[in-house]
Amino acid sequence: MTLFALDRVTVRLDGREVLHGVSLELREGSFAALIGPNGAGKSTLLRAAAGLIPAEGGISLAGAPLARLSSTARARAAAFLAQEREVAWPVTVKTLVGLGRFPHRGAMQPATAEDRAHVERAMERMDVARLRARPATELSGGERARALIARALAQDTPLLLADEPAAGLDPAHQITLMEVFAELAADGRGVLASMHDLGLAARWCDRLVLLHEGRIVADGTPEAVLTPENLARVYGIEAHIGRANGGLVVQPLSRTTGR
Amino acid sequence: MNLRVPYPVLIAALAVTVALLFGLSLLTGSAELGLGESLSALFADGGSGGSGGGNVVAIVMQEIRLPRALLALMIGASLGLSGAALQGYLRNPLAEPGLIGVTATASLGAVLAIYTGISAAVPLALPAMALAGAGLAVLLVQLLAGGRGGALTLILAGVALTSLAGAMTSLALNLAPNPFASLEIVFWLLGSLADRSMIHVQIAAPFILAGWLMLATLGRGLDALALGEETAASLGVRLPLLRLLAVVGTASCVGASTAVAGAIGFVGLVVPHLLRPFVGHRPSRLLLASALGGAAMLLLADIAARVLAPDEDLKLGVLTALVGAPFFLWLVVRTRRRLA
Amino acid sequence: MRLVTGLIAGTVALAAPAVAQAADGAAPRRVVSLNVCTDQIALMLAAPGQIEAVSRFAVDPKASVMVEEARAYPTTAGGAEDVFLRRPDLVLAGSYTARATVDILRRLGIPVVEIAPASGFGDIAASIREIGAALGAADRAEEVIARFEARLARVPAAERTLRVALYGANGYTEGAGTLSHEVVTAAGFSNIAAEIGIVGIARLSLEQLILADPDLIVIGLDYDSPARAQEIFSHPALAALADVPKARIAPAHWVCGTPHIVEAVEGLVEARDAILEGR
Repeated sequence: MTLFALDRVTVRLDGREVLHGVSLELREGSFAALIGPNGAGKSTLLRAAAGLIPAEGGISLAGAPLARLSSTARARAAAFLAQEREVAWPVTVKTLVGLGRFPHRGAMQPATAEDRAHVERAMERMDVARLRARPATELSGGERARALIARALAQDTPLLLADEPAAGLDPAHQITLMEVFAELAADGRGVLASMHDLGLAARWCDRLVLLHEGRIVADGTPEAVLTPENLARVYGIEAHIGRANGGLVVQPLSRTTGR
Repeated sequence: MNLRVPYPVLIAALAVTVALLFGLSLLTGSAELGLGESLSALFADGGSGGSGGGNVVAIVMQEIRLPRALLALMIGASLGLSGAALQGYLRNPLAEPGLIGVTATASLGAVLAIYTGISAAVPLALPAMALAGAGLAVLLVQLLAGGRGGALTLILAGVALTSLAGAMTSLALNLAPNPFASLEIVFWLLGSLADRSMIHVQIAAPFILAGWLMLATLGRGLDALALGEETAASLGVRLPLLRLLAVVGTASCVGASTAVAGAIGFVGLVVPHLLRPFVGHRPSRLLLASALGGAAMLLLADIAARVLAPDEDLKLGVLTALVGAPFFLWLVVRTRRRLA
Repeated sequence: MRLVTGLIAGTVALAAPAVAQAADGAAPRRVVSLNVCTDQIALMLAAPGQIEAVSRFAVDPKASVMVEEARAYPTTAGGAEDVFLRRPDLVLAGSYTARATVDILRRLGIPVVEIAPASGFGDIAASIREIGAALGAADRAEEVIARFEARLARVPAAERTLRVALYGANGYTEGAGTLSHEVVTAAGFSNIAAEIGIVGIARLSLEQLILADPDLIVIGLDYDSPARAQEIFSHPALAALADVPKARIAPAHWVCGTPHIVEAVEGLVEARDAILEGR
């Protein structure tokens, strides 16, 4: 089943066209990375897919046009992890992760056993269970990032849209994160995450979507997308591309001239 | 910084405090009345009659003290609740109910009623014009901030409106027809619950209750909003609706409060701030706690105003600021020490 | 009940002829006044025992010129509860004082007569007449008015019109349409505020004050120390006015529109004559 589909989506921010007629589909069981240089439109694409900003063109979520879904139905279909790791109040980590259950609970309903189980599982997955009683504002940057990812996991949606989830994590937790997202895909969910670490993306994602100046310029397996030509044309870099432990290894080496 | 008090215990303690202060407020007044006498008079017949023949103590209890205590309760709760709601919505602990311009415009409406002499000619013209001012504030703020605007535009629109209404209030004060009118305007602006009647309760109650209902629905949305507007929207919070309810709910209950009691500051700022650590900083839980805390604080202030200076008609707004401002400074110093 | 009050009122009327029948029947017997101006008029008109309480300002020499008379009565802070418990059958209030208190007392069925602040001598007579009617003392009111007007008429005219500046706290002055304006006019002065077109209360700028070159400056403030009275003239630009005679008339004498305002007029006439005689 298609988890989300963008059909010639154009987005203007402050009158400037940021996405130019982008079409993209994500099916269940896929962990796709959205890559591209700064300003390529990755965050804009993720926000448009989540219905957070006005966009022209067709956007559908869980097979239904976005406009016809209620806000709760949207929130049950797709979780969104924002790039800004904002936590306004010093609520505990457990309370923060519990916010992921928002679309599953009515206004006056207390948390159910199922809610609690999802929160526990999400905290364990992101290794923040032992921080449960700590105020979220007092965590380190990486810890807070993990708590916020756990919040998105607790939302328990078929689709996860994550904006730079790996940024600021130490290597061990980056790998944990990739494993968790791969597990979600293996469970039949879909993940679309924007990433800057090409090595991480190449190694863990089954699909890469390369965005350049508001257009998708390559879409496919890591091998098909991370070609020397694409890297030079889009990023303006030269990279070592090899294989190790059964996966692709990408290590940027130098800038190409003329950029 | 999270002070561990179970939420039901906190709410129960605050509710008991409010109940006790409400009772104490009923027992405070220039007439020396015994406890039993007062309480039986409160429920006696014949309270709502004319001066002829009625039970004097019953009239004092039912027509003079009861409305005053009820208004302190309702207005204090409104200020605490809307302060908590706005701080939650704007994610800023310095937000207070006056921020969106309602207090200033409601005051302006009241001042115009005094200035033009309508308040003396037509009973209830003052609260009616103050309510109209609050209503106008909502329209203008929504218009200025735009349908989809975020928190910042709301603050800016509120600040602009407050300045404008404040300037017009000063102008009315400058142009007042005689020194007595100026004095009445100044006194009114300081806020007071003295000699309010059941009619004031009846005028304010529908708006205050409507405001409470609107603000009470915000809790979950405010919790989610702690993670930012985008994340909240992705969790299913309808932000335009949330803002509309926050603004209209605040305007409704604070506008009605200002209409009958004048501008009473600091309660809406200090109370949520004070209680936040006791509810684990959760905006949803802060709403009820702040409403009760605000009611307790205003009841206490109004009792203090009568006990400390029975002959002076000490203005409530003055008293809340006198107590609130040093307390707030203490909070600031404590916060700074913790951050240092 | 009505018969009894009628009878008592009748006896009182016999004992004190000044207490006439009010239009609607018996004269009130328990009158509470909430305003320092209505206090003083009531003290002039009321029959013995008719006043239940006066405002606490009635015994404050800064606000009232009838402190001695007022001391005979209890004072009230003016709260509805306190007033109500005195069981008044008439409450006198100023139309700008205690709006909420007046509203709640009316709601409790107590008749309240509100007297607007006077902005001229005509208003004084009207206030006296209104309070006289409410107290059932219409005849006495006419006597008081007649005495007031006669005394006012005896104020000697000036051989030459001097020009006066009314100057109060923060540079406020009073122009046409105010009681103070009428007082200085009655004393044979020309009010410079009115000359430059000020109506009501407004600020008089230093420039206007100096350019107007008044013959007398009246400081309408009750300063505790003479030093503070001079403070408002400490501005260097006002050195030019150092030699202009200054008169101080305590606000108690002219804040209220009562017959005592004549004393303010007479005080100004004295100052006027002193200037004209070159003293």
